[in-house]
This record gives sequence, structure tokens and C-alpha cells, in this order.
Amino acid sequence: MARAVTPQRKALNTAIAWGIGLLIFFPILWTILTSFKTEAQAISDPPVFLFFDWTLENYSVVQERSDYMRFLWNSVIIAGGSTILGIIIAIPAAWSMAFVPSKRTKDILLWMLSTKMLPAVGVLYPIYLIFIRMGILDTRMGLVVVLMLINLPIIVWMLYTYFREIPGEILEAARMDGASLKEEILYVLTPMAMPGIASTLLLNIILAWNEAFWTLNLTAAKAAPLTAFIASYSSPEGLFYAKLSAASTMAIAPILILGWFSQKQLVSGLTFGAVK
Amino acid sequence: MATQHSRSAARIMMAPAVILLLGWMLVPLLMTLWFSFKKYLPLRGGDLGWVGFDNYVRFISSSSFWPSIQATLIIVGGVLAITIIFGVLLAILLNQPMWGQGIVRILVIAPFFVMPTVSALVWKNMFMDPVNGLFAHLWKFFGAEPISWLSEASLQSIILIVSWQWLPFATLILLTAIQSLDSEQLEAAEMDGASPLSRFGYITLPHLSRAITVVLLIQTIFLLSIFAEIFVTTQGAFGTKTLTYLIYQRVLESQNVGLGSAGGVYAIILANIVAIFLMRIVGKNLDA
Amino acid sequence: MGQIKLESVTKSFGPVEVIPPLDLTIEDGEFTVFVGPSGCGKSTLLRLIAGLEDITSGKISIDGQDATHVPPAKRGLAMVFQSYALYPHMSVRKNIAFPMKMAGVPVEEQNRRIEAAAAALNLTDYLDRRPGQLSGGQRQRVAIGRAIVREPGAFLFDEPLSNLDAALRVGMRLEISELHKRLKTTMIYVTHDQVEAMTMADKIVVLQAGVIEQVGSPLELYRAPRNVFVAGFIGSPKMNLLTGPEAAKHNAHTIGTRPEHIAISQTEGTWSGTIGVSEHLGSDTFFHVKCDGFDDPLTVRAGGEVALKYGDKVFLTPDLTQLHRFDAQGLRIA
Repeated sequence: MARAVTPQRKALNTAIAWGIGLLIFFPILWTILTSFKTEAQAISDPPVFLFFDWTLENYSVVQERSDYMRFLWNSVIIAGGSTILGIIIAIPAAWSMAFVPSKRTKDILLWMLSTKMLPAVGVLYPIYLIFIRMGILDTRMGLVVVLMLINLPIIVWMLYTYFREIPGEILEAARMDGASLKEEILYVLTPMAMPGIASTLLLNIILAWNEAFWTLNLTAAKAAPLTAFIASYSSPEGLFYAKLSAASTMAIAPILILGWFSQKQLVSGLTFGAVK
Repeated sequence: MATQHSRSAARIMMAPAVILLLGWMLVPLLMTLWFSFKKYLPLRGGDLGWVGFDNYVRFISSSSFWPSIQATLIIVGGVLAITIIFGVLLAILLNQPMWGQGIVRILVIAPFFVMPTVSALVWKNMFMDPVNGLFAHLWKFFGAEPISWLSEASLQSIILIVSWQWLPFATLILLTAIQSLDSEQLEAAEMDGASPLSRFGYITLPHLSRAITVVLLIQTIFLLSIFAEIFVTTQGAFGTKTLTYLIYQRVLESQNVGLGSAGGVYAIILANIVAIFLMRIVGKNLDA
Repeated sequence: MGQIKLESVTKSFGPVEVIPPLDLTIEDGEFTVFVGPSGCGKSTLLRLIAGLEDITSGKISIDGQDATHVPPAKRGLAMVFQSYALYPHMSVRKNIAFPMKMAGVPVEEQNRRIEAAAAALNLTDYLDRRPGQLSGGQRQRVAIGRAIVREPGAFLFDEPLSNLDAALRVGMRLEISELHKRLKTTMIYVTHDQVEAMTMADKIVVLQAGVIEQVGSPLELYRAPRNVFVAGFIGSPKMNLLTGPEAAKHNAHTIGTRPEHIAISQTEGTWSGTIGVSEHLGSDTFFHVKCDGFDDPLTVRAGGEVALKYGDKVFLTPDLTQLHRFDAQGLRIA
């Protein structure tokens, strides 16, 4: 039961919060603005904020020169593929843990989480070696598998947390109604858990999209996603601010939009249900 | 609470996830352990035989080791301090009544969705560049000499970039925790005559302690292995070579796999020390 | 089509034996109620019959067929759960159709049975709604509808009325009884409420700690409770149970007399006491009388208009023909 707050107080809150919010958001805003400037305006002294000749030229240049679509497509396949594959593997596992818990369920869950804590750099060379031997270095398939494995613990955890909120009686009712295990999961559990599955999907696409250790180290030309596309601007090309900005905007825009949709589920997903 | 049939079905359905993760964990781990006891230089002769703990000793006694530990600790500690202090303040601010709360929330969260390579590159070039960066313009405007951020204040710069990325995470989690605080508790304290400051100290902060711990531990695990930010900005120069980056250089740049693997084992041990504490907290939550 | 027989059935969860060896036969068409305090194993027993839990040892047969290892769906039983367990993402129609869809019943036949069930349960207007849009009583009827259309050998009810408010509960009680009279199908009904047991059952099974204390018709249990537990559990308000010298006068360890079998008078009687709290129900009044020499107050039923108040001195006289006597083990002395 919130009490009425004086308008002055509310105005002050609003002013401070908006000020800080815009300050935090500023680097993104600046990047987006710069992407519409000419290269000369991008480095003009003093900097121009809004009053410049808006142009889309940078976008077409970046697209032509670096084949943005190919990187984007790689990102989509890698992030989407690894997440969907992970969910397909995780649903049955999460079903088991949520509805047929045993004494070991907790240990298994915690152990799964612990694999997430393994520092990537500690196993970089073995993975590199395995990838070479299996001929999957610089392939989308290889990255789909690795990112799926990295995010599998989070996917299992999130689904487990959502499944636990579904009353077991409903699944038992389905069993009494003659549903086989497959039908029980397909017709009853999955549709009921759809909101949870959707937010799991969203969060893990974001995590996979932004993953920048394996994607940088296990790809070269063919399978490189947007993380690598941007990293390639770290050399002299980075001095072309407007083009760098256009490339950056294109790399973050899809996920920024997805992210805003998923902010509610973000917390319980990222803290493994420890904060709700 | 189930039948034999459903229990055995459960085991089968859990198997793919468990087997995959077991393989993902054990195979590379054992290989790293194996390499760490070998002199192994893929480009200069390959496997040159067992060397016992030589790699472990050499990794520690190398002149880059302690600076790398120092850099790691400064970066992790700095980012944690900044994100948690400002995270608590921001969470409290965002929990106040205001106009356009939803939009402010979105503005604050946005940096979390920016991929690390983008944020590192944008900060490096468009803000921290000593000639054309915004900071340089700002300094000149006030008549000061622009700073070459990434070489003169390299650690601070990296801390700033990484904090910007992680502040939304801390804020979001702490905000969620604040919102779960029963307002009746605060009202009761107010009735009991507690001032706003003591209400914060005695009720809000203790309520947040668990969320703060969770933020602390999860961020530590991610921060210990930050890579892209350094890879894109300084490439480990100017004292920003963290343990992760040092190992990366040993393995991929100088192709000394044995030495790098020994470093990897150290990193794994370090991460596990943090992980144990996190698991305790998460595990307790499972029973509830 | 619905005789259910349990032979030496046991159930343990790990080292804890919830149900020691138990034998029970439920005849075809019978309305059987499992009643007992919470944690007495009545729901577990129902889940064993349903096949949702494995029995640890023993044998369950349905219509003479061994069903011990038959999965729940194949036992020909329908269950109504405490939470109703409706599928929230399906309309009422789809909820009711689900078991038929699983069984591969042709669509025309499905629709025929849905219409019939909906008409019988007053659900016709709600068929296209989601469970979330229905009231508690309507959800309950959907759950029953979903059970009816399967045309099961027996219905299992797991505390189906406990989530409803008091007024609705009385109505649903009548509807379920009515349904039983009409379908003549075996029904097993689990409840902790002895009023439900008394009003609905052909046969009551009183359970405590997984053990059957007594099986019989409601009146048998009322008239001749086999032991102190059943005596205290069946009947409302509870039977007054007395031990010590008063019981010894009747050659028993414990004697019991129901509130409705004690006469109250202001002038004379066997026991004297003082009126404590009185509960006026309109039709009846229940007096809690503190009697001289007894530890606990006695509950006495009197007419609705008896003019006695707190602190009045009264005399009580038990009806000796209705006195229940129990030995030191708590068993009834014939």
C-alpha cells in the first residue's frame, strides 16, 4: 500500500532517475547517433550531437564491405540452434528432476551448475584440439554444440524452476486419462510451461549471441558470428567511427530488442532461482 | 512419490543431459591435466615428454604471473565494488515512485545486452581515444590535457568498461530483491520510530544481503574469465594481462600448451573456490 | 464391472511403512469412503489403487484381474483430484475430451459423450471457456465430467470438495451422491470429513496410521464403533469419552456416550455440573458442561430453545442403553 508522494518529490525522483538512466544509456545512444553521421562529422571537434546531416551511407558500406548478412546469419544459427538443441535435451531432464525427484536430484543439479563454473581458458587447448581432430573448427555445427553445452546447465535450471511450479496432480491426471509419457510431456507439460520455455529460449539466445570467448577462438572466416565481425574492427578500421558505429548498431540491435522483452525472466534465470 | 516405471523413465530422460555434460566436463579437464605435466609445443617439436610439476613451477615463477594475479584481483575487486555500491543505490532509486519508471529501467538494463566486443570497441575508440574520443573533447573543453586512457590509466579504463556492462545485472537483481521486501515490515519499523536511514540499515540492507551475495559470486565467476574486453582493447598490454589472458597467450599465442595448461589448472582451482560458496547458497535455496 | 480387491497390500517410502499389510474388498457399484485424520494413509491407499504409486508388496485386482503391475491408464479407473487438475491451457470441451482423445475414441462419439456429460453437469454453456474462467464448483464439475466420459469401471475421488466453500460443498455432496445413484458405478471417495463419509457412503473404511480401524455402513459405525478411535472419529459433535472411576462403574476402561444420548435437567440427574460455553445452532444447542469429578467438559445436545446460560447448575443423565464400553486396549466390549 504505497502512500501518496508529493509531486515535488516524485518530480525530483524522476529527474534524477532519468538523468542517471540516460547517462548509462548514453554510450549506446551515441553509437546509434554516430552511425548516421558522415565520417567527418563523427570526429568533428567539437562533437555534434543531433544537428548533422543524417545519412544511411555507413550501413550500406558496412554491409557491402564486410558482408554483414553472413555474420548475422552465423549468429542466428549459432545462438538459435544451440538454444533450441539445449531445450530439446533439457526438457526431459527437467521433467525428471521436477516430477520424479530422488535423493540425488539436488546433487545432480548442483553438479550441472558447477560445470558452468569451469573457466573456459582452462580447457581452451583441449577443445581446440578436439575441434581440429573432428574437423569442426570454424564450423557453425561446432559452435552450436559448444554453446549448447555451455548453456545447458542454465537451461535445465530454468526449466526445472518453471516445471516445479506446475502441480504434479495435473500430470497424474493426464496419466490417469491414458496419456503416455510422450503425450504427457507434449500435450500437457509443454503447453502449460510455454511461458517459462519461451523466457528460457530468449535468455539463452541472448547469452549465446553475446558469447565472446569460444566464438572468437574457434572460428576464423566461415563460421564467425557477429562477435568476431565486430572484433575485426579493432584494427585500423576502427578509426572510421561512423562505420564502426553502424556495424555495432547492427550487431546489438536484434538482441537489445529481444532483451527488453525478457527482462522480467532475466533475474531468476541468471541467479538460478536464488533471487526471485 | 512415483512408480518404479516413472522412476526408470526419469533416469532415461535425464541421461542425455547428464552424459553430455559429464563428457564436456571430464574430457577437456583430463586433457588439460595431462598436458600440464608435459612439455608440449605444437609448433616446435610437439610432445617433448613428461616434465612432472615443471610447468606448474614455471608458470608461477614467470615474471608475468604475479602481475597477472594482481591485475585480475584489481579488475574483479574494482568492478565488484562499483557494481554493488552503485547497484544498491540505483535499485533504491528505481524503486521510488516516478514518471516513466519502465523506460528508465530499460535504459539502465540496456548495456547488459551489448555484446562484449561491441562495448569494448565503442568505449576504446569513441570515448577513450586520446584524439577523437568524447572524453578527450570533454577534457579539452575544460582546458585539461586529454588522457590516453587505455595506456595511462589502463586498469581503471577496463574497470570502467566492465562495470558499465555489469552494473545493469547487479541493479536488476537488487531491484527484484528490494521489490520482494514486504512493505509492511518497513511500515512497522516506521511505526516503531525508525528514521529512513535506520530503516535502510536495519531492514532493507539485511533483506538485500542474500541478493548481494548472489551478485557477488555470480559476477566473480564471470569476471574471472573476462576476455573479449581485453582482447579488443589492450591485448594484455599496459598491465592489463589477467590470469585468463596470460593463459590464453601461453596456449594460443606462444603455443606453449604444457605451460598454459598448468595455468589453466590454477584458474580452475581459483574458480572452484568461488564456486563452492555459490553452490552452498544456491543449494540452500533448493531445499526451501 | 468394478470390484476392487486388495490382498496384503503394503506400502513403504524408504524405511517408513505407511501402510502395513491391508486387505479390503470393494464390491461392484458400492460407494466406499476412506476416512481418517490427515496423514492416515487414505490418499496413499487411493493412489495405490489408481496405480500412481507402486505397492511394496501384495496384490491388487480389479474385476478379478490382477492389476498390480498394470499402468494407471490401463486400469479402467477415473480419478478426480483435490485440485481438480484441469488442464489450464485447454477449453472445458478439450479437457473433457482429453481422455477420449488418448484412447482414440472417434470424434463423433467424443462429441456425443461430451454433450451428454455437459448436460448432466450443467456445463453446456461453459464448454468453450478455459478452466481459469470458471468458479470452484464449475471446475469441480468439469473434473467429474472428464471422469464420466471415460465410462470407467470405478471413480476415485481424492478429497474433491476440500477446496470449496461450505455452502457449495453441501451442494456438490448431493450431486455426487445423485451421480452415483444414476450411474451405479463403483466409487471410492477419500475425505477427512466424517460428515461427508456419513452422508455419502454405502461403506465407510476408517483408517488410522495406514491401518483399517473399522469397515461398515455409516449406521453400523455410529451404533457400534469397534474401538475408541472410531468412536471418537465418527459422529458430530464427538462422542464424550470417560475413563477412571466412572468407567469402572460399568466394568470398562473407557465409556463413551454421544452428546445426543445425554439428558439435561436443572433438577435431577446422575452427574452434576456447570454450563460453560453453549453453541446455539437454532435447531439444536450444544452445551459444554463442566461436571464435578471429570477432567474434561462433556458435550450435550439439547433442543434449540432451551433457556440455560453460562454458569447455570445442571444435572446430566446418560442413556445407559446407548452407552459404549471399551477395554484397556480401547476395543469395544460387546
